[in-house]
Amino acid sequence: MKAKSITKFVIACLLTAIVAYVAAYGLNLGFIDKFIPASFDNDFGIKKGFDLAGGSVIVFEPEVEDLGAVSEEDISAAVAALRLRLDSNGLNEALVSEQVSDNQKRLRVEIPAVTDPNEAIEYLGATASLSFKDPDGKEVLNGSHVEEAIPTSTQDGKIVVQLKFSGEGQSLFSEATARLVGQQLSIYIDNNLISSPKVNEAINSDTCIIEGDFDSESAKLLANQITSGTLPFALKPISQNSVGAQLGDDALNRSLMAGGIGLILVMLFMVIMYRMCGLIADIALIGYVSIVALILNGFDIQLTLPGIAGIILTIGTAVDANVVIFERIKEEIKTGKTLRASVDSGFNRAFTAIIDANITTIIAAVVLWYFGTGTIIGFAKTLFIGTIVSMFTAIIVTKFLLRQLVGFGIKNPKLYSA
Amino acid sequence: MFNIIEKRKILFTIPCIIILAGIICFFVFGGLNTDIDFTGGTAMEIELGEEFNEDAIRDAINPVEGVTVSSVQSSGDQKAIVKTTDIPQDKFEAVQQALKTAFPESEIISRDSVSATMGKEMWLNAAKAIILAVILMLVYIGFRFDLWSGLAAICALVHDVLIVISVYAIFQLPINSTFIAALLTVLGYSINATIVVFDRVRENSRLIRKQSFDSIVNTSVWQTLGRSINTTVTTLITLVCLYILGVTSIKDFMLPLIISVVCGCYSSVFLSGQFWAIFKGAKKKQ
Repeated sequence: MKAKSITKFVIACLLTAIVAYVAAYGLNLGFIDKFIPASFDNDFGIKKGFDLAGGSVIVFEPEVEDLGAVSEEDISAAVAALRLRLDSNGLNEALVSEQVSDNQKRLRVEIPAVTDPNEAIEYLGATASLSFKDPDGKEVLNGSHVEEAIPTSTQDGKIVVQLKFSGEGQSLFSEATARLVGQQLSIYIDNNLISSPKVNEAINSDTCIIEGDFDSESAKLLANQITSGTLPFALKPISQNSVGAQLGDDALNRSLMAGGIGLILVMLFMVIMYRMCGLIADIALIGYVSIVALILNGFDIQLTLPGIAGIILTIGTAVDANVVIFERIKEEIKTGKTLRASVDSGFNRAFTAIIDANITTIIAAVVLWYFGTGTIIGFAKTLFIGTIVSMFTAIIVTKFLLRQLVGFGIKNPKLYSA
Repeated sequence: MFNIIEKRKILFTIPCIIILAGIICFFVFGGLNTDIDFTGGTAMEIELGEEFNEDAIRDAINPVEGVTVSSVQSSGDQKAIVKTTDIPQDKFEAVQQALKTAFPESEIISRDSVSATMGKEMWLNAAKAIILAVILMLVYIGFRFDLWSGLAAICALVHDVLIVISVYAIFQLPINSTFIAALLTVLGYSINATIVVFDRVRENSRLIRKQSFDSIVNTSVWQTLGRSINTTVTTLITLVCLYILGVTSIKDFMLPLIISVVCGCYSSVFLSGQFWAIFKGAKKKQ
């Protein structure tokens, strides 16, 4: 009996240690490197929100008279266009999402560190609507007739943007040039006149160049914008939030250090208050933190500052469940029951309180996750995950370990709790 | 140990004093210290690269057309948090330039802009989500315990929210998105603690039928006191560590959480059971 208990206890401790090790250092499975990456692996570890890693979040709103008239298709088209613009600027890791509800239509762009948000706002927000107009101001063709635009230079070294028309674009262009021989064809971008070349002859070609006051940067930018598609509307930034990478790094390192110290102090407190039981709670707590880290990592859940608050709160609840149980066991011991009976009835009596408390927390977390925005979602996610995991570690793991401990045959109740 | 039912007046008076102080401060200071998240505006953290005084920063930025500095606050070594009216995109470079002229080494390390409409909406959305969460939690409690306990939990939550707002009014803490996190924490924490007490009341009501509900509540609160205190201490340990060691944004975040946890502990120990007893008593008398 005693030997069996000790074996089970040791195995459970070893398992916890392995989970903790994998969470901290990752797992390499022979041929698959980083099968489970370490939690704080810079590239493959837990994703950090921009408030921790540095970066910018820009929220755009269509710059139109009546937002109600903006359709969801327009918003989706704008998302796709922004995505292309970001990609063509090498910002593959940037995220674009739409925030659409009855009374709001927005685009949220999250760009990781190292970029200048102001530059991003400029090239993301412009419609880049290209338009060829005849001298009467009538549009003869526009950006939708262009398949591709590339920055290039002419033989005399002038920087230009070369357009490649679609089939329809080519015929429109040749019709217009035939009609306008001797006249000017004006090229506008976002209603700014870029150039007004004189048409010398009808041009039946699928390419055309735009001359203007370009340098290599601006030509590339314009070409990108035209290729990635015209936005259905200009976008104005309504909120912008950027955090320098250094500030983010600092925030993360110091939070981690504080969290670590806090955790150690909590563990000490538990051992002082509840002796052997406290030690078991500590093992369960290590398991808890490791499992939460693995879940955040495995499901690619971004860790943000409010998310950290959620985790702290659930560390509180995880410890709380054990405190409720141990206080109950203490009371049961006082009534003169045997240790084994005290542990069992302590658990049973504490169980309803823990379940009810956790279910209410889960209800809150789900509602906030589903209906919340921004700050609240980060908080709700970690609150939800933490509460579920803490129910497992604080009830099942603790109970298992405590039962084995009773089987050790240590009779002195003082060792179980002060 | 005192009987919490007998000391009801004192226990109710303490939060009333805090709320009253909050109301007085609200009028004395002319309202709450609403941050840009609420009113719209721009907040920047600037590394100045040299010692500075607040007026020099104001004098540097204010001349930029359409931009008015509302507050300058030192945030550690040669760093300042500057809050202004919403800086439009096209004015931002001018602000950067103006700063560079006054402080050549300066650099804007973080920037946060919120338009006024967006601010209002965020609050509306947060309020909706929180109210919905509270209603569902109370339905669950009403279902698991009884209707009066659900009402009692509402009263305890209203108390918590009022206290948190009062503390914000008294110390003129900035009302921003961390305020929402504080409200969420106080709700979650306080409900958790309240349920542990209610669970004990439920159990004791079955075991000791001879006593009045008042004395059952009193017994239950004292029986769960060890848990209430120990849990609060463990949660506070982590929060205080983060408060002491954290960067400015974390510190701003932790203070309201610390207040929330203390407040939630008080209400779950001394108030929620009381409310339940009051409602049950009132029902009996009818």
